[in-house]
Amino acid sequence: LDYQHVQVPFEITLWIMLASLAKIGFHLYNKLPSVVPESCLLIFVGLIMGGIIYGLNDRSPPVMDSDIFFLYLLPPIVLDAGYFMPSRPFFENMGTILLYAVVGTVWNVFGIGFSLYGICQVRAFRLQDVSLLHNLLFGSLIAAVDPVAVLAVFEEIHVNEKLHILVFGESLLNDAVTVVLYKLFRSFCEMPTIKSVDVFAGVGKFFVVGLGGVLVGLSFGLTAAFTTRFTKDIRVIEPLFVFLYSYLSYLTAEMFHLSGIVAIIACAMGMKRYVEANISLKSHTTVKYFMKMWSSVSDTLIFIFLGVSTIGENHEWNWPYICFTVIFCLVWRALGVLVLTFFVNRFHVNTITSKDQFIIAYGGLRGAICFSLVFLLPDFHRKKLFIAATTVVILFTVFVQGMTIRPLVDLLAVKRKRESAPTVGEQIHIRFLDHLLAGIEDISGHWGQYYWKDKLEYFNSKYLQKLLLREYDQPKSSIVLLYEKLERKHAIELAQAGQLGHGPAHPSLLNSNRTVLTDQKLEDTQNPDVLDNMQEILARNLYRIRRTGPAYSRHTLPGESEPGEHAKEILILRHQGL
Amino acid sequence: TSEQIEHLHRRFKQLSQDQLTIRKENFDSIPDLEFNPIRGKIVHAFFDKRNLQQESDGLADEINFEDFLTIMSYFRPIEMNMDEEQLDRFRKNKLKFLFHMYDSDHDGKITLQEYRNVVEELLSGNPHLEKESARSIADGAMMEAASICVGQMGPDQVYEGITFEDFLKMWQGIDIETKMHVRFLNVDTIAHCY
Repeated sequence: LDYQHVQVPFEITLWIMLASLAKIGFHLYNKLPSVVPESCLLIFVGLIMGGIIYGLNDRSPPVMDSDIFFLYLLPPIVLDAGYFMPSRPFFENMGTILLYAVVGTVWNVFGIGFSLYGICQVRAFRLQDVSLLHNLLFGSLIAAVDPVAVLAVFEEIHVNEKLHILVFGESLLNDAVTVVLYKLFRSFCEMPTIKSVDVFAGVGKFFVVGLGGVLVGLSFGLTAAFTTRFTKDIRVIEPLFVFLYSYLSYLTAEMFHLSGIVAIIACAMGMKRYVEANISLKSHTTVKYFMKMWSSVSDTLIFIFLGVSTIGENHEWNWPYICFTVIFCLVWRALGVLVLTFFVNRFHVNTITSKDQFIIAYGGLRGAICFSLVFLLPDFHRKKLFIAATTVVILFTVFVQGMTIRPLVDLLAVKRKRESAPTVGEQIHIRFLDHLLAGIEDISGHWGQYYWKDKLEYFNSKYLQKLLLREYDQPKSSIVLLYEKLERKHAIELAQAGQLGHGPAHPSLLNSNRTVLTDQKLEDTQNPDVLDNMQEILARNLYRIRRTGPAYSRHTLPGESEPGEHAKEILILRHQGL
Repeated sequence: TSEQIEHLHRRFKQLSQDQLTIRKENFDSIPDLEFNPIRGKIVHAFFDKRNLQQESDGLADEINFEDFLTIMSYFRPIEMNMDEEQLDRFRKNKLKFLFHMYDSDHDGKITLQEYRNVVEELLSGNPHLEKESARSIADGAMMEAASICVGQMGPDQVYEGITFEDFLKMWQGIDIETKMHVRFLNVDTIAHCY
């Protein structure tokens, strides 16, 4: 047996296999995922695994290594989130999201830190040696809402788009704040004295971290877009570029102590538009599926490891501290959301209702990021207490809040996601409204939201597209893209149903002889095997639309000889079929 | 609010070059408006008598400040304390403004030709798009509208055009009362006409 030789890859593969099998297991039993969110079940499996390992070896099971988490497990999830983020609602609510992410997190950190320090002062709990700085450090890592947990839970409850984007955007962007505060407090712990200059340096650092992350991400994103411009002849490795550049942006940002999560999101959002225009349809599908697969695997592994690491001798159970931590997390988050929403609603027309506020506050789930950060703490004698507290908070939020959020959403009748297919008409209207509002803003001399959006579009079409898109001669607006997508879908559906060209011809349109002839000829060429050219399908499909819609077109266009046009087209198709 | 009115008045004076009324030509002096694909329709909307709440039809030649304000008031953001009925009326007003922009021949219906015209103008910023594609897009959208408003049609039925009630139905999914407004937060940032 040469186990030593293959040990590491073998064990990794076994863990991933376990995670995937667990996932299959849940979905086999249909009722379970609707009651208990997947993340809870995965942690549960992890707990069992940890218990088994502990029982077998009688020592603590392998604790999740923070490096593995931050370098390998977290990036795919964040990339997936950033790439598929709906950019329109994100930018529309950007102000609110930033407010929640930055101010909200800072509020939470200081609130939790100071109140826990207050608890430590109480003699009965035997906690005097936990200093204020330690409490603030603990606060900084426990206050951040975790994107992995939020994503896992909110994906199953379909709340309305705005609420979803608020919670989700906040969980992604608060990474910058968390990184700065964590590093700041940690360095303070090691410094003998703290001057006010250091505090200001910390504030400045936040801007550097955040904006630097965005810049790094954007530059990598645009480089990726530029690279895909030249990949016409090697389509096979196109998807690889997407992943490579995103991962590089994350690593580069981490190298410079900037926020890696913000970088990777900026990279994904920046490159998405251009990359999708440049790469082939198959590459696009590949990117989509690989991203989903990797993020799914990472997600599962994180939760299982979380469960495994809970078992063991890493904990010091000081119940008052732990209970108060949980309570304070909830209280400060609720307060923070209330106060901030009050400010937000004064400036915005589209107010955030109290139901939404409750869900935002309740949806503040903590997850694996806190867990890894707590393990990264320098070893001091109270570290195990913090580990225990973090574990309890995470388990509480994921299990209790995760499980009850769905019934609460139903109970409070929170506005749900609108389940409707996108229509071309809607796109047209929204686009029309955009231009109208931009125009009105120009006329009234007001540099508002639409003005800047318009300017960005202009800059985009004039410079960026020329540089980054391969086929600049065909830039397509979203209306055209959506229309083509719907047409393609429609055409595929028709071809599959073998009904292309089928259907009653309108007797009002053509004289009956021609009609009968047309139907027969088209039926001969109906065989889907004959049609292998997508263009042909599209042409026929467009023809079909015009044929079923002549009821209005013929009457409202008195000048046009619609019947003549149709007849000509039928002749062309007949020739093609023959 | 009076602050906003003052701001608009200043802007009006800028546009009209200190005269009492504005004509169509005055709008040409706004540089950013040139890139807007539907600028024709926007300028037209200002002079459309139906929007100025007069009973008459057709186009006015020039508008004074009062009319300017009337048009701008269509883009007022909603107030907090509006009840259901007010909100509904508010929404209908805004949609009526939009409807008049689509319906250029003032017959109360958006016909296929007018719809095509709208789509062509929207996509006119893109020089490489063929007219044919714009037409088929408009056709497709019109069909969607027809299916929303009338449901299944028999082969002999005629769909005249989108009436205002149908228009309302089409916009049901989009919450226009919150989208269609201009926020006058920064009163100081006034772009200057050259």
